[in-house]
Amino acid sequence: MTVTLFIPCFMDALYPRAGISMVEILERLDHKVVCPNEIACCGQPPFNSGYWAEARTIAGPVLEKLADAEAVVIGSGSCGAMVKKFYPELFKDTPHAELAKQVAARTWEFSDFLASKLGVTDLGAKFPHKVTFHDGCHGLRELGIKSAPRALLGKVAGLEFVEMKEESCCGFGGTFSAKFPMISTAMGEVKCAAAAETGAEYIVSSDSSCLMHIQGLLSRQGKPTKTISLAEVLNTR
Amino acid sequence: MSNFVSEFKTRATEKSGDVRLRQFIRKALSGYEVARDKRKGAFQSWESARQAAAETKWEAINHLDTHLESLVAKLGARGTKVHWASTGEQAREIIAQILRDKKARSIIKSKAMTSEEIHLNHALEKEGFTVVESDLGEFIVQLRHEAPYHIVFPSMHLTRDEIRDLFQKELGDAPSNTPEDLTMVARRVMRQKYLTADVGFTGGNFAIAETGMISITENEGNARLTAALPKTMITLMGIEKVLPRFSDLALFLPMLATAGAGQPMTCYNTMYSGPRQPGECDGPEEWHVVLLDNRRTELLADAEQRDALHCIRCGACLNVCPIFRNVGGHTYGTTYSGPVGAVITPHLRGLQDWKHLSNASSLCGACTEACPVKIDLHHHLLQNRRNASASQPAFFEKLAYQIFGIVANEPKFWWLAKKIGWFTQPLQRAVKGFALDPAKAWTKTRDLPPQPRESFKDWWRNRQ
Repeated sequence: MTVTLFIPCFMDALYPRAGISMVEILERLDHKVVCPNEIACCGQPPFNSGYWAEARTIAGPVLEKLADAEAVVIGSGSCGAMVKKFYPELFKDTPHAELAKQVAARTWEFSDFLASKLGVTDLGAKFPHKVTFHDGCHGLRELGIKSAPRALLGKVAGLEFVEMKEESCCGFGGTFSAKFPMISTAMGEVKCAAAAETGAEYIVSSDSSCLMHIQGLLSRQGKPTKTISLAEVLNTR
Repeated sequence: MSNFVSEFKTRATEKSGDVRLRQFIRKALSGYEVARDKRKGAFQSWESARQAAAETKWEAINHLDTHLESLVAKLGARGTKVHWASTGEQAREIIAQILRDKKARSIIKSKAMTSEEIHLNHALEKEGFTVVESDLGEFIVQLRHEAPYHIVFPSMHLTRDEIRDLFQKELGDAPSNTPEDLTMVARRVMRQKYLTADVGFTGGNFAIAETGMISITENEGNARLTAALPKTMITLMGIEKVLPRFSDLALFLPMLATAGAGQPMTCYNTMYSGPRQPGECDGPEEWHVVLLDNRRTELLADAEQRDALHCIRCGACLNVCPIFRNVGGHTYGTTYSGPVGAVITPHLRGLQDWKHLSNASSLCGACTEACPVKIDLHHHLLQNRRNASASQPAFFEKLAYQIFGIVANEPKFWWLAKKIGWFTQPLQRAVKGFALDPAKAWTKTRDLPPQPRESFKDWWRNRQ
C-alpha cells in the first residue's frame, strides 16, 4: 500500500525522530511511504481559536494534496482528529465538502493504522523500561482510540506497562496553554503527579504536542521521568 | 480586555496556584467519580440510558411550545397560578408582588439555581424581606455571603473546620466539626424559620407536561418542609425543565442522582401537582409557578447549540472538568460554572463579554463524555469561539493566523521559519521566562524543547 504520511508542523520542527520512526516502521512493513513537501500544518491552531476562514486557507490546499492518497496516516491524534473529524465540519457547505468527507474516511492516526487497519501489533521492538501511556484527548475522545497503542506496547519486549490511576488532560490544548498559562500549568502538574505515582521511567504518547507540554514541566521542575513518542518506542530494536 | 475576562484571569491564576485547595477539590470529586461509576453499573446500559435521555429531551425541547401549553393547562386545572417571566427582572417583580400581596415578611427557600440566576435573594432583601436558604450547603454559603461554589455541592470548597468556625461566629453554636453536630445546629436554626415563614420558595427539577406536575429532588427533606409548612408556595423554574411524560421520570430521576452525585436515587423525590385540594390535610393554600425564559428562547433558536437546553443541572460536567477542578466554581463569576456554564453563559449574558469562558478550555471533551443527556459541550465551546471571532475578530490574532497561513502554504517560507527558529533559540534561551521572551506565557512555568538542526522534512529530502 502507498501510505501518505502527514507529519504535523511541530513534529517536523521539534520532534523529527518521531516522524523518522514512523517512516522506518511503515517501510519495514513493506509499504511505500510518501511525504508531500507542500504540507506543513493541518490548520488546527486557527480552527481551535475560532478563525475558521484562516483555517480553511491552510486546510484547503492540504485536502487537495491528499485527494488521491490511498491512505493518509497522521502522526498525531490531535491533527488526526482535525482531518478526520473537523475537516468535514470546517468545509460544510463549501466546494470542498465532499472531498473533506472522502479524505476523512481514508485518514488514520498512526497507532490506529497499525493496529486496526493493518492488524499489526508486534513490530519486534525491544524497550526494557517501565512505561505509562498518556492518551491525548483528541485521539481518545474524538477518534475513540484507546486500545491500539496499548496493544502495540503490549508486544514490545522487555517493556513493563503500568496505567495511570486517573485519565486526564495534560493541559496543553494548543493556544490555550499560552492564553491561560496558569490553568494549563496546573493541569500539567496533575498529569505529571499521576505519571510519577506509577513509578514509570517513561511517559509514552501518540501525541508529541502533549509530550512537549509534559516534558516542559518535568524539565523545569527537575523531575526524573522522561517522555518518548510511541513511534520511537516501537522503532527500537 | 473586558472586566469579566481580566477578573476571570486574575482569579484563575490565584486559584490554580492554590495547591491545597486544588487537592481538596480533586479529592472530593475523585470520590464522586468512584461512586458514580459504581452506580452506573446498576443501569443495564448506561450508554443506552444516555441515548434515551437525550432523545427524550430532544423531543421535549423541539416541541417546547406544545409541552409548555399542556403543562400550564394541567397546572391551572388544579388551581395553581402560573406566571410567565421573559426576563430575570420580570421574574423578580412577579415574585415580589406575590410577597407584597400576601403581606409576607419572611421566606424560606429550598435550593434553586434559577433564583441565583436572577439574583432573587438580593432583590428581595433590598425590599426588606427576610430570605433563608434551607439546603444545608446553600445555608452555609448564604451565611458567608457567597454564591454557590458548585451547582449541586454549593459549599464543597469549605472544610468542616471552616464551617464550624462560621457557625460559631454567625450562629453562636457549634460543639464540634463533625457533620452530625453541624447539621444539628443548622437544623435547630432552620426549624424555627420554617414555622415562622410566610412563604416557601422552591426550584424545580422536572416539569411533567402530561400530568402537570413539578418534580423536586433533594437529599435533606428541606424542600418538602418548604413546600408543606408555609401557606403560600412559589416555584421558579426555567422553561427548559419540561419532560413530556410522567414515565420519563423513571429514567431521569436515577440518572440525575447517578450523574450528579453518584447516588442510586436522591433521598426525596416529590411530585407537586397543585395547592391543597378540598379534603386534603396539608400543603400550601396557594401555589404560584413562575416559568422563566431569560434568553433561553434565544438558545432555542440556535439549531446548532439547542441541545444545551437538555441540561438537567446535574453537575457531572463540572465534576470531571480539569479546568473546574483547578480554578474552582467562584472563578467563573457566573451562576452556572464549569463546561455547561461556559457554553450557555455567552447565550444568556452576551457572547463578547463571556467568550473567554469558551477559550478557557483545552477542549479535552471529558464533559461531553460525562453528560447524561449528551450535550455536545466541548464542540459548542468551539462554536462559541468561531461565532465570537467572526463577529468581533481580535486584530493581531487574526493577522498572526493570516501570516501563519502564508508560511504554512509555501514550503520555502516554512523551511525558512524553521531555520530562523533554530538560529534564534540561543537568544530565546538567554531571556527565557523574562519580559523580553516572546514565548514567556509558556516559558514562565515550562521549558521549551530544544529544536534540532535537522527537521523531519530536511531528513526526508536528504534521503530521497
